[in-house]
Amino acid sequence: MEWLGLLNYAVFMAIFIGIYAILALGLNIQWGLTGLFNAGIAGFFAVGAYTSAILTGPAVEGRLGGFELPVAVGWIGAMVMAGLIAWPIGKITLRFRSDYLAVATIGVAEIIRLVAKSEDWLTNSARGLNNLPRPFGDLDYLFSQLAYLGLVLFCLALVYLLVEHQFRSPWGRMMRAIRDNETAAASLGKDIAFRRLQAFLFGACLMGLGGALLAHFNRSITPEGIDPMITTFLIWIMLILGGSGNNRGAILGAAVVWIIWSMTEFATDQLPTEMAIQAKYIRAFLIGLMLQLVLRFRPEGLLPEDPTRAGRKTGGGGS
Amino acid sequence: MDLLSFLNFYLVPGIVLGSIYALGAIGITLVFGVLRFAHLAHGDMATMGAFLVLALVAGTGMNPWLALPFAMIATAGIAVGLHWLFYEHLRRRSAILTVIASLGVALMLRAIVQVVWGVDSLTYVGGIVRPESYFGIRIKDREFWTLAATVVLVVALMLFLGYTRWGKAMRAMSDNPDLAQLSGIDTRLTTILTWTIIGLLGAAAGFFLGINTELKSLMGWYMLLPMFAAAILGGVGRVEGAVLGGMIIGIAEECSVIFLPSEYKSALAFAVLLIMLALRPTGLLRGKVL
Repeated sequence: MEWLGLLNYAVFMAIFIGIYAILALGLNIQWGLTGLFNAGIAGFFAVGAYTSAILTGPAVEGRLGGFELPVAVGWIGAMVMAGLIAWPIGKITLRFRSDYLAVATIGVAEIIRLVAKSEDWLTNSARGLNNLPRPFGDLDYLFSQLAYLGLVLFCLALVYLLVEHQFRSPWGRMMRAIRDNETAAASLGKDIAFRRLQAFLFGACLMGLGGALLAHFNRSITPEGIDPMITTFLIWIMLILGGSGNNRGAILGAAVVWIIWSMTEFATDQLPTEMAIQAKYIRAFLIGLMLQLVLRFRPEGLLPEDPTRAGRKTGGGGS
Repeated sequence: MDLLSFLNFYLVPGIVLGSIYALGAIGITLVFGVLRFAHLAHGDMATMGAFLVLALVAGTGMNPWLALPFAMIATAGIAVGLHWLFYEHLRRRSAILTVIASLGVALMLRAIVQVVWGVDSLTYVGGIVRPESYFGIRIKDREFWTLAATVVLVVALMLFLGYTRWGKAMRAMSDNPDLAQLSGIDTRLTTILTWTIIGLLGAAAGFFLGINTELKSLMGWYMLLPMFAAAILGGVGRVEGAVLGGMIIGIAEECSVIFLPSEYKSALAFAVLLIMLALRPTGLLRGKVL
């Protein structure tokens, strides 16, 4: 049954790639289109995961939850909550250069990690929230996986169409104008801070959705499952390697980086156990190095942003 | 709670922590002011400095305080090397790319520490240190030396910036980089000098944190938020502002355990950061806003 194992593995990988692609598209709105540096992606991801888990999970004595709402409601809740957390942060920091946003988002991710780790009544601390409902979870293993993959791909397609539409709309053109020349855009009467806030919230909502998708796939969410630096970093490399400002590039980057990342795990699994712990950190070092190499040698990514295409397809203006 | 126990349990540790944050925040504020970006690897650079002292102590058996100057020089070398390898080639492009690169550097530095020294907590010297009592105020030797060394380093830096040729060049670059270059200041050398100072002070901050608490691979990363909060609270680009901000954050964090669960200590720095950005982004001493 070798092929069945391979198929299982391929489906498993595809689900992860789909979820990461949604996260990378969220970042593409923030960074690719608007030039905002969100260094706390893992925070918004975690908010989405925990929100959906609390809304849909089973009741447990002494803990918030037990609403057992439909999963779809949980996912919408995840997006709303991630946006609500992003709002005050963006409101305060987006008047300034993105350096401040970077620091503030690191802070948010840190506080969220602390809450997830220490609040029994809300997140069950280190044990995390378990026994979450999973759509199509009652089917046989392979069919259940395939059905979940279908669901993830459906979400990804919706997100892609939505983001792509925004990229090509006059709104998208305005965001690029703000990104490329803030002073000129401001002199044309654009409200820079407000427009950036829109993009930041939009991206944060998608990150929340990504978190919720992962939580229901695993049927659980624990603080261990979200290493802030690694998660945030993987998504950044996916987008920059794939091509900032290009939505197909973001999806391609998610696939390439996730496959490489999983391969390195295969490689390090071959090592003797006493080196296995160190290997984990060597992998972290390598993704840091990979980011530096991409920034240095291929800053435009595999599929670079194509401003002519984005401008022509909008129909209006013709800039 | 009487005055003496407030002093002993909250104020003295607060001042010690504050001087550690102050040294760290000076580095943040110098990069922000002179080089004009948020250096997210600053905390992990401090970690590296702290572990280099440990390597010297373990390798040669020397006193950690004697090893500190060597580790500071080595960390300064690392800082200049990082600039050459990862930051310099981005200087003509959007400044935010350098910030992204610095987050990658933070991850790399941390990974090196984790591979070489592991993830468990370590100390320079074993055993329990008894505090000395001065009129009822108890101060440990290492706390005293931390404060003394901080004062020496800050005064030396202020004198350097105020009265030497290169110090003036740094201040000129901080005020207006184009004008500085036009007036014949070698901005490349000034940048390298800035990184040297940042490395020296960063290693000192990491060592003081390590000797007063313990060495952990994430110690510097967790200092990043308080250091940034201190730099912004004091006013970006202002060295005396960073010292003031560091002291306020350090004392406030130690006092916050009176009313906040201790695991949320770092939330305090975050709150200060957001409140300052919302109400007075120039900071207490009128710094820059990028």
